[in-house]
Amino acid sequence: MNNEPILQIKDLKISFQSGKRFLPAVDGISFELREGEILGIVGESGSGKSVTSLAAMGLIPSPPGKIETGEIIFDGRDLRNASEKDWLTIRGNQISMIFQEPMTSLNPLFTIGNQLIEAIRIHTHFSKTEAKARSIELLKLVGIPRVEGILKEYPHQLSGGMRQRVMIAMAMACNPRVLIADEPTTALDVTIQAQILALMKNLNQKTNTSIILITHDLGVVAEICERVIVMYAGLVVEQGDVRTILKKPQHPYTKGLLKAVPDLKGKKERLLSIPGTVPTPGTVVQGCRFAARCAEVFEKCKSEIPDLYQSEKDGHEVRCFLHTLKEEGDEHVGVPS
Amino acid sequence: MLTYTVRRIFSLIPVLIGMTLIVFAIIHAIPGNPAQVILGQRATKESIAELTRQLGLDQPWYIQYFDYIKALLHGDLGVSLRTRGPINEEIWPYLIATIELTLVAIVIAIIIGVNAGIISAWFSKSWFDYAAMVFALIGVSMPIFWLGLMGQWLFSIELGWLPTTGRENVRDPVASITNIYLFDTLIQGRFDQFKVVLQHLILPSAALATIPMAIIARMTRATMLEVMKSDYIRTARAKGLRMFWVVYKHSLKNAIIPVLTVIGLQTGLLLGGAILTETIFGWPGIGIYLYDAIGYRDYPVIQSGILVIAAIFVLINLVVDLLYVLIDPRIKYSK
Repeated sequence: MNNEPILQIKDLKISFQSGKRFLPAVDGISFELREGEILGIVGESGSGKSVTSLAAMGLIPSPPGKIETGEIIFDGRDLRNASEKDWLTIRGNQISMIFQEPMTSLNPLFTIGNQLIEAIRIHTHFSKTEAKARSIELLKLVGIPRVEGILKEYPHQLSGGMRQRVMIAMAMACNPRVLIADEPTTALDVTIQAQILALMKNLNQKTNTSIILITHDLGVVAEICERVIVMYAGLVVEQGDVRTILKKPQHPYTKGLLKAVPDLKGKKERLLSIPGTVPTPGTVVQGCRFAARCAEVFEKCKSEIPDLYQSEKDGHEVRCFLHTLKEEGDEHVGVPS
Repeated sequence: MLTYTVRRIFSLIPVLIGMTLIVFAIIHAIPGNPAQVILGQRATKESIAELTRQLGLDQPWYIQYFDYIKALLHGDLGVSLRTRGPINEEIWPYLIATIELTLVAIVIAIIIGVNAGIISAWFSKSWFDYAAMVFALIGVSMPIFWLGLMGQWLFSIELGWLPTTGRENVRDPVASITNIYLFDTLIQGRFDQFKVVLQHLILPSAALATIPMAIIARMTRATMLEVMKSDYIRTARAKGLRMFWVVYKHSLKNAIIPVLTVIGLQTGLLLGGAILTETIFGWPGIGIYLYDAIGYRDYPVIQSGILVIAAIFVLINLVVDLLYVLIDPRIKYSK
């Protein structure tokens, strides 16, 4: 793994039309994905994770969606200028995506073989036989037993875990440089989850494909990611190395998320949750967007939006005034309201 | 697939029996003695009694019914009162003429209707979508006879491009083999006749196609819009598949089943409901055959005509049911 960024998102703003208004879903986020790394994006529903990833695939439904500003730089060029024709050579070839719902993400009326071979032949000049051989290879790679039989089967004949493996095989068909996994394990039961995560980690090591793993589960992040981005209401609130963030979360939101992870070893006690919900796009929030739910809020939070501040450790960034106060040597005078 | 087909065919038996019962009952509910009708007002009592015995009408109804079924199973539809000819031979050319007209009409309706629906859904809220749906609305509400008459007036009388009535040039009749004239002229190499036959088909089939076309277009659009929101369509796009294939392969196959149902029902309706169109365009089909029979109170012909149309209707629905299974592999497993 080197540190070259392969995908850079810079100040991306995406809004969705609702009636006559455009409501921001992603409000100026920036991050980069480095060659060969697994990057986690964490946040509650409605924080803009999925929209960001769809933007990187050129699949924002438009209308009603619209990219307002920002850049999506892949391989040195801004994909916002890419034509539909350019996108056809990128999607599934350079950047692939797998989705949350393996039950509905495969076309029910075509065999697994048909859908896999199609994915291969879109971007290669393989003959049907060659594509079939490659499909078998891919299915073996993702750990599917009795490969030959599966090719002739329909999605409804497979279990959820098997379908997600097929989805991964399909996404890996053309050795993409980036794989975006949008909550790939959310719809699966726990043992299957672990298998799918192990498979993705394995693929990342074998093929050096960079992976963006979108999830709301910090446990998943802890398992396979190297770096993590925490999103809240369309903004990045904290990003950095997974170990640092899990051990020493800086942002009150991240702290809250960590406390909300159930612990098998701990005493049986009521699981903590963060009170309130993510503000819906379009609600005008003065100051920090998390202020209303924050346990450590103070006056300044309600009037100004904090920037992303560099923390002590290299690359660790936090969008919180608590942090600047410490940095400037100030005493934190905030009182929970 | 085979067991499913066999099971579906067996399930038709009660339907067919019910059909014969209803047709049989209708004819017997008509007051008066058919022998009297056949022989006319001035027939003697003896001759009527004689004919009643010959026709088996003095038997109880269930014996008559079983005789009727027995004859049906031998392919015997009875004898026309008017021509005294066997109906199963007489009805054939008329039936084929109607089938030819219906097939051409439904093919036109499918090709234009399905594509209009697909494009409307693909580019929904575009000018094409609005225009197509307005036309579809007009199409559904258009009375066929009015459309037929207007077509005749414009294209035959004013412009003189197309013939007004009939199936062929009466001075140069088609040598019938199968009685599907498009096919007969082609295999005989008579391309000049083929052209004439085609010209005769255009107006009636266009008139007949209008309503099914409009219904198919609206149905296709509605189901396509639904399907195109699905997760697997997003997957297909994420693969880098061209939008054309996303629409025509992945979406269409999922959207077509409800459309097929409509196509099946509409085809059946066209077969039975072509009487108006056939009368306007002088098309020698089963509609005209029945219309004439009604005029002459030719009960056996009416009875057989209804039965044949109903049987074809059932058959079309069988074909549609079998197509479902070919399209959606999940159907045969659910029971």
